[in-house]
Amino acid sequence: MKDGDQVKNPTPMLDQLEDGPWPSFVTGLKRLRDTEGAQYAPMMNDLLGQLNKSYETRTGYWKGGTLSVFGYGGGIIPRFSEVASEFPASKEFHTLRIMPPAGFHYTTDLLRKLCDIWEKHGSGLIAFHGQSGDIMFQGCTSENAQKAFDELNELGFDLGGAGPALRTAMSCVGHARCEQSCFDGAKAHRGIINKFLDEMHRPSLPYKFKFKFSGCGNDCVNAIHRADFAVIGTWRDDIKIDQEKVKEHIAEKGRKYTIDTVISMCPTRAISLNDDDTFDIDNKSCVRCMHCINVMTKALSPGDDRGASIMIGGKRSLKVGDLMGTMIKPFIKLETEEDFQELEDFAEACIEFFAENALEHERIGETIDRIGVPAFLEALDIDADPNMVNHPTTSSYVRTDDFDEESAKWFERKAAEKGLVVDA
Amino acid sequence: MNEMSKKPRTPDEVGVPDPKPFMHPLSIKNYGTWDYHDRPRTGVLRHVAKSGDELWTVRAGTQRQMDVYTIRKLCDIGDNFADGFVRFTTRSNIEFMVADEAKVAPLIEELTASGFPVGGTGASVSMISHTQGWLHCDIPGTDASGVVKGLMDMLHSEFIQEKMPNRVRITTSCCQINCGGQGDIAINVQYTKPPKINHDLVANVCERPAVVARCPVAAIRPAMVNGKPSLEIDEKKCICCGACYPPCPPMQINSAESTKIAIWVGGKHSNARSKPTFHKLVVANLPNNAPHWPEVNAIVLRIVKAYKKDAKHWERMGEWIERIGWSRFFEMTELAFTKHHIDTWTGARKTMNASAHVHF
Repeated sequence: MKDGDQVKNPTPMLDQLEDGPWPSFVTGLKRLRDTEGAQYAPMMNDLLGQLNKSYETRTGYWKGGTLSVFGYGGGIIPRFSEVASEFPASKEFHTLRIMPPAGFHYTTDLLRKLCDIWEKHGSGLIAFHGQSGDIMFQGCTSENAQKAFDELNELGFDLGGAGPALRTAMSCVGHARCEQSCFDGAKAHRGIINKFLDEMHRPSLPYKFKFKFSGCGNDCVNAIHRADFAVIGTWRDDIKIDQEKVKEHIAEKGRKYTIDTVISMCPTRAISLNDDDTFDIDNKSCVRCMHCINVMTKALSPGDDRGASIMIGGKRSLKVGDLMGTMIKPFIKLETEEDFQELEDFAEACIEFFAENALEHERIGETIDRIGVPAFLEALDIDADPNMVNHPTTSSYVRTDDFDEESAKWFERKAAEKGLVVDA
Repeated sequence: MNEMSKKPRTPDEVGVPDPKPFMHPLSIKNYGTWDYHDRPRTGVLRHVAKSGDELWTVRAGTQRQMDVYTIRKLCDIGDNFADGFVRFTTRSNIEFMVADEAKVAPLIEELTASGFPVGGTGASVSMISHTQGWLHCDIPGTDASGVVKGLMDMLHSEFIQEKMPNRVRITTSCCQINCGGQGDIAINVQYTKPPKINHDLVANVCERPAVVARCPVAAIRPAMVNGKPSLEIDEKKCICCGACYPPCPPMQINSAESTKIAIWVGGKHSNARSKPTFHKLVVANLPNNAPHWPEVNAIVLRIVKAYKKDAKHWERMGEWIERIGWSRFFEMTELAFTKHHIDTWTGARKTMNASAHVHF
C-alpha cells in the first residue's frame, strides 16, 4: 500500500493457515493484497479482513442480491457484505460462473488470458472449479461484472447457470485420455447444454436441473449423486479379454492376490480362474461395475458395443435428504449422430417434464418420489425394465387389473427384439 | 469501452467451449482409441494408445481457490517443463500432459520445489472436494478452504503416496445442504439449535409462504409477533437443518454455540464392486474451532488410520465397514454409537438390521 490509503487489516487467524505442506489459499490472497498499484489490492485487503473476522466470530457476512449481465438473467452469484462499513473495499464481491471447455482442458496460454482479464476487472482470485463444474471468477464489483463478462465472452466463454435453471454440466476426461471411456462425453455434454442454453441464461425452471457425463461406471464426475440427469458409459457385448495378459498379470501379482482382489471382489461372481491362469467371464452375469477392468487395465477392457446408461433424480440434501439417481435408460447407444440426437431428444423430454410437473423449488428426483416412478415412465413413454429395480415390489397393495394387457406388451416387445436379431 | 458502456453489448451465446483447441495433440490424435494405462509412480499416469503413442500425466494438488500468481506459476511450469497443456480433475488437482517420458522427472521436481504436492492418484487420499464457506457463501456455518488446508496438511503424506487400501475421497460442506457431496469421509456442518428469528425483518425480507413450504418437517407457521407479520417455529419439531435460512436470512441458523461439525463415512460414487452409497453419520457435535479445527482433524486421522490398517486392498471405506460391521468400526475408531445414529427419516426402517446377522 504505497499510497498509504489503506492500512493492512490484521489477519491473526488466517496467518496460521500459511504454514504446512499444502498450498495455502491465504498466501495467495495476501499476494493479491500486496500487489502494489493493482486495482484489486484494496478489495483483497478488506476481503482478508472480513474473512478473518468470520474466523473470529464464526459467522458468515455475505448476503445475496440480484445482478446479471445484459441479455442474461443468471450466471452471476451476487455477494454484498454485511460488514461493509468495516471493510468497504470488498462491499461487492460477486462471482462470475463461467463454463469451462468440456473435460476441463486448458492450454497455459488460455489460463494466462483468463488471469489477465480477471486481473483487470476482478479480484485476481479464480477457483478451478466449483462443484457444478464452473470456473469461478470470485470477487468483482457490480460495475465490473459486465466488463469482465464481455471480455470473457469475446474470448469464447459463456456464463454458466445459477438459480432455477439449467446448470453448468461436467464431463470426465473421457475419450481424450481414457481407454475406459464408453462414449464421447464432450460431444454429449456440448450437444445437450448448447442446445438448451436458453434454459440456462434465462432461468424459468421450477428449480435447478443438472447434467453430468461420466465415461464409465467409475463415474469420475460423481454424476449419480450430483446430477438430475446422469449419463454414465457402459457396453452391451462381452468384456474384452486378452488371455495372455491375464497370465502375465497373475505371473506378476500372484494367484492368491488375483483371487483376492479380482475373482472374489466381482459383485456378481461372474469371473472364474482357470487352471491355466486364464479367465472365464460369465458376461450375462456381469453388471459392468468396472472393478476387474480397473485392476487389470491391460488384460481387460469394455466391450465394443458401447453407449451409456441414464440415471435420473440425483441431488444433494435440500430438502428431503440426498437422493441417488435411478436407472431409467439401461442402455442408449452413443456412436452415430442419430444416437446423440436421440440422447438430446430424451434430455429435452425430461426438461419439459420437469418444467411442467415439478413444484416450485422441487428437484426432478423429488417430483418422481411424489408421483411414483410408473407415472414418470408413462409421462416419458418409457417401457418398464427389470434393470430399473433392485427387485419387484414387495407390497401387495398394488392395483393390477390391467396386468394381462401390460404382460402382452412385454411379450410383444420381447418378440420384436428377438425378431430383429433373427432378421439381422 | 466508452462506446460499449453507452450501448450494452449483446452476449454471444457460445455455450460450452469445444475442448479440442486446448487438448494435448496426442489426445486429439488418439481421441477415443486408447488401449490401457498404468501408474509408474504416485502422481503419474501413463496412457498408451492403440497407435502406440504414450501420453504421460503428472498430477499435483492445488488450493483450488487460486490467485493469478499461483495460476501463472503453474503456467510457467507447464511451459518450461511440460507441453503447455493442462487440465483439472473433479477434485481440483491440476494435470500436466507430456508426450516425452524424459520430461516427467524434471516436471515432478519443479512442481514439488514450487510447493505443489505431486500425487492424488490410485490408492491415495486425494484433494478434498469442498465448498465456499465464509469466503463467499451467503449461508455458511464454517469455512471451506481453511478446513481443507488443515486436513490436507495433515494428510499430505497420504496424498503423495499410494499406501491406502483404495482411494480415499474426502468432502467438506459448510452447511447441511452438503454441497461438498458424498465421500468416504464427509466433514459437514451440523446445526444443533433451531434458528433465531429477527421478527422485525421477516415481513420485509421473506416470502413467508415460500419459507413455510421449505421446511421439511412442517415446523414453521405464519404468526403475528409484536403486531408484525412474522413466522414462528415449533421448536420440538424442528430438526435444525437450516433449510429456512437461505430464503429467509432473518431466521439465523448459525451461531457460535449451535454451529457444530459432524463426520460421516462410507459414501462412494463409483460403481466398482458395490453400488454407489451415501455416507453415514459417525460423530456429531464437534466444535467449529477455527482456524485449525483440531478436534475434527484428530477424528478424521483416527478413521483414516483404522481403515488403512484393517481394510483389504481395493476395499473402499464403506465396503470395509460393510465387512467388519458397524460394531467393530465404532470399537476400532473409539467413537460412541448413540440413538442419533438410528435413522428416523423417510424409509428409515430400510436402514435397520432386519435379520439375525450380528457382529460380536
